[in-house]
Amino acid sequence: MTALLELEGVKVSYRVAGRPRLVAVDDVSLSLGTRQVLGLVGESGCGKSTLARAICGLEGLDSGSITFDGTPVTRLGMRTRDRKLLRIQMVFQNPYASLNPRRTIGRQIEDGLRVNPDRTAWTVPDLLAHVELDASARSRFPHQFSGGQRQRIAIARAIASGPDLLVGDEPIASLDASLQARVAGLMRSLALETGASLLFISHDLSVVRVIADDVAVMSRGRIVERGDVNEVWSNPQQPYTKQLLSAIPKVDGLGVLPG
Amino acid sequence: MSQPSASGGLGIRDLTLSIGRGEKAKRILRGISLDVPAGRITGLAGESGSGKTMTGMTVLGLQPEQATVGGVIEFDGRNLLELPTKKLNTLRGNDIAMVFQDPTSSLHPMLSIGSQLTDHLRQHTGMSKREALERARVVLEQVKVPDPAGALKKYPHQFSGGQLQRVAIASAIMCSPSVLIADEPTTALDVTVQAGILRLLRELCDDLGLAILLVTHDLGVMSALADTIAVMREGEIVEHGDRFQVITAPRDPYTRALIDALPRDGSTGAEQATTGDAS
Repeated sequence: MTALLELEGVKVSYRVAGRPRLVAVDDVSLSLGTRQVLGLVGESGCGKSTLARAICGLEGLDSGSITFDGTPVTRLGMRTRDRKLLRIQMVFQNPYASLNPRRTIGRQIEDGLRVNPDRTAWTVPDLLAHVELDASARSRFPHQFSGGQRQRIAIARAIASGPDLLVGDEPIASLDASLQARVAGLMRSLALETGASLLFISHDLSVVRVIADDVAVMSRGRIVERGDVNEVWSNPQQPYTKQLLSAIPKVDGLGVLPG
Repeated sequence: MSQPSASGGLGIRDLTLSIGRGEKAKRILRGISLDVPAGRITGLAGESGSGKTMTGMTVLGLQPEQATVGGVIEFDGRNLLELPTKKLNTLRGNDIAMVFQDPTSSLHPMLSIGSQLTDHLRQHTGMSKREALERARVVLEQVKVPDPAGALKKYPHQFSGGQLQRVAIASAIMCSPSVLIADEPTTALDVTVQAGILRLLRELCDDLGLAILLVTHDLGVMSALADTIAVMREGEIVEHGDRFQVITAPRDPYTRALIDALPRDGSTGAEQATTGDAS
């Protein structure tokens, strides 16, 4: 099977004033198949967001390669993006910043529809219904919605373009806690329903446990472990994974503080 | 500084809250009764929209302006719902404090930690700046922020999320409150950092005799930290009992459903997620 997304020895570093370069992603190799949901977990600062940005072409690589459906992912610049790479779509952490405040929801979703190779795949009311929003949302502006609703709109916009790969970089972190699992579940079901794969990045292990097929655990710029999510949970191999999982409080009613 | 009194808990009786009037009124809280005793952590669990956050906010008088509130919230022999705003303002932050989900938005980005920690203390007590800063240093040490004296001069962006939540907790306990409302205090944090904050809340409860109302959807956090757990659904408490009983032998079918929805080892959680709410 050829992978939808293939990362080979990817390294990304940043210049930090007065210090040596910070290596955020260090020699990461990773592959993601079609119609697969991969959860990428790790603590803040481990490099998971940088990796997501690199996959979308928002960061340049020091070395290594990223290939999407046979096409090398190049850094997004001032030129028009390769049409093939438009089939990677991203949902960002902050829906307050990722939507244009001056355009209606309908117009922004139409932007996505315009790049969908299958022009008849969706209509705006269809998409709004799929993310559980009222059809009247179409003529309104982002500030008229709550955080959770805005993130649903961002998801609808991403899905509108008919992606083969949906990347969510902490897409639920800025939402009300009790909504997080619901929005994450929505991303999974929409991605799979449209035949796309989902790379879901989160620091929230319990949500990843529930929505991902596979999980990759990242620490200090490296992937330390990757496998089927249930297997990793029940039988973690690496000390770091064990430490991370043991910090999740157990629902046993015993009042044991983790760690 | 006055020490927090041992009897300084909250008594919530038949608390109702609705928005709008007449037929169209939306009933958000439908008669909540809950004791939040001193030296104990009382958990309030439930799904999105169940009213758990609204309950915590109403204790502080932070409910929406257009809301109609009924019932009694008893604190120190008084009904908070009947206190004039001025009286309530002297209680808020002083006797009853709150910690929110996201410390980056609950602290002011452009004020130093020192000034944010001392502002309300000086307002409530008339303490001098020097005394207040010394108290802030002691409290930061208590919540285990490294280099407390240096931290006072820093700004929120110079801290990690976990350290910042410690600072937010420090800010909440600056005036030695007797009640602390913690609404999803660890949800924004990494699990390893969460463990430290849970430990800290437990210590503060035990050492200071704080009455803590812990609002969270996370049953793992509940199970680790709460002494008793109340489960809310559609504005009502469907069950309230000892932590172990509620988790292991829930009496209410809804509580049982919440617990059964959690993924167990070997089960395929992904299938549950696509069919419904997984929390």
